[in-house]
Amino acid sequence: MSVLRTEHVTMRFGGVTAVDDLNLHVEKGEIVAVIGPNGAGKTTAFNQITGVYTPTEGKIFLEPVNSSQEVDITGMRPDKIVSMGIARTFQNIRLFSKQTVLDNVLIAQHLHVKSTLPGAIFYWPNYCKEEKAMREKAMHLLERVGLADNCGDLATSLPYGLQRRLEIARALATNPKLLLLDEPAAGMNPTETLELTHFVREIRDEFQLTILLIEHHMQIIMDISDRIYVLEFGKTIADGVPAEIQNNQRVIDAYLGVVEDA
Amino acid sequence: MSGFNGRSYPGLVGMLDGRKRRNLALSIVAVIVITVFLYMAQNGFILDAYGVRILRLCAVYSICALSLNLIQGYTGQFSLGSAGFMALGAYVTSILSMTDANREAVYYLKPMAPWLMKIHLDYGIALILGGVLAGLVALLIGIPVLRLKGDYLSIATLGFSEIIRIVLNNAQSISNGATGLKNIDPTANIWWCFCALVLVLLFMTRLFHSSYGRAFLAIRDDEVAAEAMGISIFKHKMMAFVASAVIAGIGGGLMASVLGAVTPVLFRHMMSYDILLIMVLGGTGTMTGALLGGFIYIIAKEALRFMDSGFAIGFIQVPAIAGLRMVMFSVLLMIVVLFYHKGLSGGKEFSWDRLFGFPKKIAARFSKKSEKAGAGK
Repeated sequence: MSVLRTEHVTMRFGGVTAVDDLNLHVEKGEIVAVIGPNGAGKTTAFNQITGVYTPTEGKIFLEPVNSSQEVDITGMRPDKIVSMGIARTFQNIRLFSKQTVLDNVLIAQHLHVKSTLPGAIFYWPNYCKEEKAMREKAMHLLERVGLADNCGDLATSLPYGLQRRLEIARALATNPKLLLLDEPAAGMNPTETLELTHFVREIRDEFQLTILLIEHHMQIIMDISDRIYVLEFGKTIADGVPAEIQNNQRVIDAYLGVVEDA
Repeated sequence: MSGFNGRSYPGLVGMLDGRKRRNLALSIVAVIVITVFLYMAQNGFILDAYGVRILRLCAVYSICALSLNLIQGYTGQFSLGSAGFMALGAYVTSILSMTDANREAVYYLKPMAPWLMKIHLDYGIALILGGVLAGLVALLIGIPVLRLKGDYLSIATLGFSEIIRIVLNNAQSISNGATGLKNIDPTANIWWCFCALVLVLLFMTRLFHSSYGRAFLAIRDDEVAAEAMGISIFKHKMMAFVASAVIAGIGGGLMASVLGAVTPVLFRHMMSYDILLIMVLGGTGTMTGALLGGFIYIIAKEALRFMDSGFAIGFIQVPAIAGLRMVMFSVLLMIVVLFYHKGLSGGKEFSWDRLFGFPKKIAARFSKKSEKAGAGK
């Protein structure tokens, strides 16, 4: 069964149809890419899946963490959706700028805290245990993304590439089943991009994730993804494995043909 | 190489330990000095009754500034409802702990409601109940209000605060209406005020070292990202709002006892602005700031009293203008906002290391300036 499935998802803003009848499905362990020219509705689709927007029409189904039963998550609150197992990163990095690297990852684990507010304030043993476990997990994740030495730095003091990595670490801290990456390679140089490709595959295997990503770098997409959806003006114009997409005339016309050197 | 490291490392640790030990020693000395000072002040050795009253007010205003800081400085929700919650705390505490004789004397226009007449509580319990009631009202107000953001939120909280005041103004048999309450027992002596202040400080320190505090800070920094990390925005804003109201209620309860009399007029929107001014003056988002602001504001307000009654600068005679000192405060606030936009605390919490580093920092700044001036020539 699919981890994520959308049925006829449509998003209209006034007269503009940003996403038109999107039907995608992501299977367990897959890396699926959504591509398309600027304004094709990719990020809007992400915002619908993560609950930022409620779709005008259509339904979104998720197979939550620790469950094999599909659940309708259409129009749920974003924080509820996160607790069911979807984590995301943002196109324009949105770290908690005034917090340290470690705190950024700790904050993302807050949703799993079971202790109450008084428990946290009066050092109840349960909370101390939780806090310790959270710190250990955070440090483990930071080590994993190579940021353990920076754990005390302000998040925004990191170089751009590391900020992206921190955002991924932060998303992983919520214990997701499905990870949505919104242009993870934006602003990266070729070496960093190559590193990222490996990194995404590694975390997929290590954390048993399913990954849905938006990207513009054709190289990454062709390397990394198992399947690709191509959007143009909100409509899905093609889907399939990378080889098919590369040779699809409509896609070439709409997108690849324009950016010849990508 | 390893030998070198082996030798120098313990030395470094020793130095760090030395600094920590020094800071601990200084903290202990500071606590003792402050306690002794407060003890002597309470027993009338150093300060007269007037001075003691100002000291108590300083602590009370600091508590209220901390309460505003919790919701605005740390959670980023611009609430202007402080005065309403303080009023609730002040009235509940004073009414519940008032003696029968005083009740008869105070409620002379219309007697107190019979059900209320039966309730007599210790000041401490009444104070806690005042905080709890303020918290409960915050819970009710929060449901509609916390869905708003930014300016809308502050206007809505300001409105609710006025509603609370107007209810108090008209509930004659409960709050004694516009005449207010008089002869409130001065139970809240220096110990009450400063113990409450220390407890609030401890509460906030613990809170912001816990996961919940981190969630509040996350909401302040980036609400969208916080929600995308699974933090329930509404629930956490509500927690911060209620906690802030409880603290404000306790501050109000203490204030009533320090002042000896409260009327609804005392808790007009001006009170909320005073608290806001204290917080901004000291530095939004720091506890040090709230303390600095509270003490400086109250002491300066008293020290500048001469400005209202006319004074002379050299040959220039300034006539008596009521409210001139408040103009002074506006100027002071503008200076702070323009030159120290992080407030007097500089947006950082107090630490001994920072205190000792301060002269060096100033010296560095001056030498830089003189260098620049030298280069200019």
